[in-house]
Amino acid sequence: MVYKPSFGDRLFDYLNYIILTLLMISTFYPLYYVFVVSLSSIGEIAKHGSLMFYPRGFTLEAYQSVIENNYILKGFRNTIFYVVLGTSINMMMTIFAAYALSRKWLMGRRAIMVVIVITMFFSGGLIPVFIVIQKLHLYNTIWALMLPGAMSAFNMIMMRTYFQGIPESLEESARMDGAHDFQILFRIILPVSMPIIAVMILFYAVGHWNSWFSAAIYLQNRELFPLQLILREILIQGRISDMGGDTSNVAHQVAKNLKYATIIVSTVPILLVYPFIQKYFVKGVMLGSLKE
Amino acid sequence: MEGAVSELKANPQTGRSKLLRVKRELNRGKYVYLMLLPVMIYYVLFHYLPMVGIVIAFQNYAPGLGFFESKWVGFKHFIDFFNSFYFWRLIKNTLLLNFWLLIFGFPAPILLALLLNEVRSALFKRTVQTVTYIPHFISMVVIVGMIKDFVSSDGLINQIRNLLGKESIAFLQLPEFFRSIYVTSDIWQGIGWSSIIYFAALSAVNPELYEASEMDGADRYKKMWHITLPAIQPTIVILLILTIGNLLSSGFEKILLLYQPLTYETADVISTYVYRKGILDSSFSFASAVGLFNTVVNFTLLIIANRISRKISESSLW
Repeated sequence: MVYKPSFGDRLFDYLNYIILTLLMISTFYPLYYVFVVSLSSIGEIAKHGSLMFYPRGFTLEAYQSVIENNYILKGFRNTIFYVVLGTSINMMMTIFAAYALSRKWLMGRRAIMVVIVITMFFSGGLIPVFIVIQKLHLYNTIWALMLPGAMSAFNMIMMRTYFQGIPESLEESARMDGAHDFQILFRIILPVSMPIIAVMILFYAVGHWNSWFSAAIYLQNRELFPLQLILREILIQGRISDMGGDTSNVAHQVAKNLKYATIIVSTVPILLVYPFIQKYFVKGVMLGSLKE
Repeated sequence: MEGAVSELKANPQTGRSKLLRVKRELNRGKYVYLMLLPVMIYYVLFHYLPMVGIVIAFQNYAPGLGFFESKWVGFKHFIDFFNSFYFWRLIKNTLLLNFWLLIFGFPAPILLALLLNEVRSALFKRTVQTVTYIPHFISMVVIVGMIKDFVSSDGLINQIRNLLGKESIAFLQLPEFFRSIYVTSDIWQGIGWSSIIYFAALSAVNPELYEASEMDGADRYKKMWHITLPAIQPTIVILLILTIGNLLSSGFEKILLLYQPLTYETADVISTYVYRKGILDSSFSFASAVGLFNTVVNFTLLIIANRISRKISESSLW
């Protein structure tokens, strides 16, 4: 069938392209602007104000201050550690639960599933969880960041659905050869589940990288602060803790380019890997939607 | 042969054989139960223990005494909350914020998916998608940091206003702007990412449907109305139910980072109030009562939404 655009069709197309282009610009410009300001000198920023399309008075000073700031560095290190440890715990729990609950022959499978699903709708709420953390003596330790969210029921269900799609004959033949469940899981199920595993790792890792709230309520020791808490001080409270021992609340206005350089430094790691992982993420969202 | 023997052994006395079977099943699954052990410990400690902990909403909880020794006070904290000056303000703020999110935020990704679906250039389509996904990956702290800077009195927004010959406004200090800032930035953050699901639903539509309707002389709008929208309707309904079910608890972290005492008048919602009362003031029992109220209302909304949708569209969560 030959497609013949009418006037109305063409008008629609033009409008459509214009709207989508405007949307792209309004999404992209703020990010680009942050980048541009981070490379500009303070004096030029003050002179030209906030509407800039390229760096004015190009300088890397802001980045130098960021890199030399002990707290930012420490926050960075802590965050990387939390991402690795937290994601490992998440993955172990999620894989174990998903494997167990995808074994159709397992006794009590349904009951355990119900126990887990209930928590998706009911929870004790902020305060009871807080008290439990205190009572377990996890307050002010990194375990308060790692354990309360050790597994996401939603992710587990996604992974379980995937495991259930793997032909049972694979498992049975391994069992004939005398393999036990750990061997079946690690040698047979996991190697054929790489796409879903990649998606889960990414979801969990981004979650840990971006999380700040549990650290804000459970941590007092500044040495343990993740990057996001340091960012909150700099970006939202406009406070900067300089190098060395000065941790008193000597608040002074943080220069704009310094703020923006911190944004770039803390966001670029994720944005850099993002083009490579985008398709996995999209796949993950779609798997999630199919589940409903 | 071996199977037949064991069957013979396990046959007549049913009680005994049942026990044997359970034993065998448990033995068969022993490694699997071992895997489930940490999972179950986690759920007991961090999900079910806090659920039991809800009882403190009916007590005057004292940390030294614990759940069992603290004094029971019945519904006192709930009544105090209902009678407090903050009650109606919190309800109003929570509902209004979510109302605007629902009106503007919810349809936005659907619109984007529909518009993108009409784009024929694959390259353009991919570019739009890639760019609009980006904000989803930026942390809330950074997003709010950017918002704060953009709407500050010498920020980007005011700079543009000045160009148009208008006065600068200190947006974040004025309660009347809080909801617009919140909703607009929320759309900015989520529109691309949320559109993925709709886009996936759209790509599943059978192209023959479009061809057939073209034969019948349907134009673009008719096709959109009669084929495209019905195709994604179940997805829309499910997401709408989920959104409504989360109505009272959404946006907590963002509001916490974005609001300040000057804007509490419009920005303070139930969950942020729970945080201030509980974590900052250590009024554990009172804050738990408010939190429990929040959960109950939320769950009720979820059930109502689900029931309505089952009636009118046959899609439901359960």
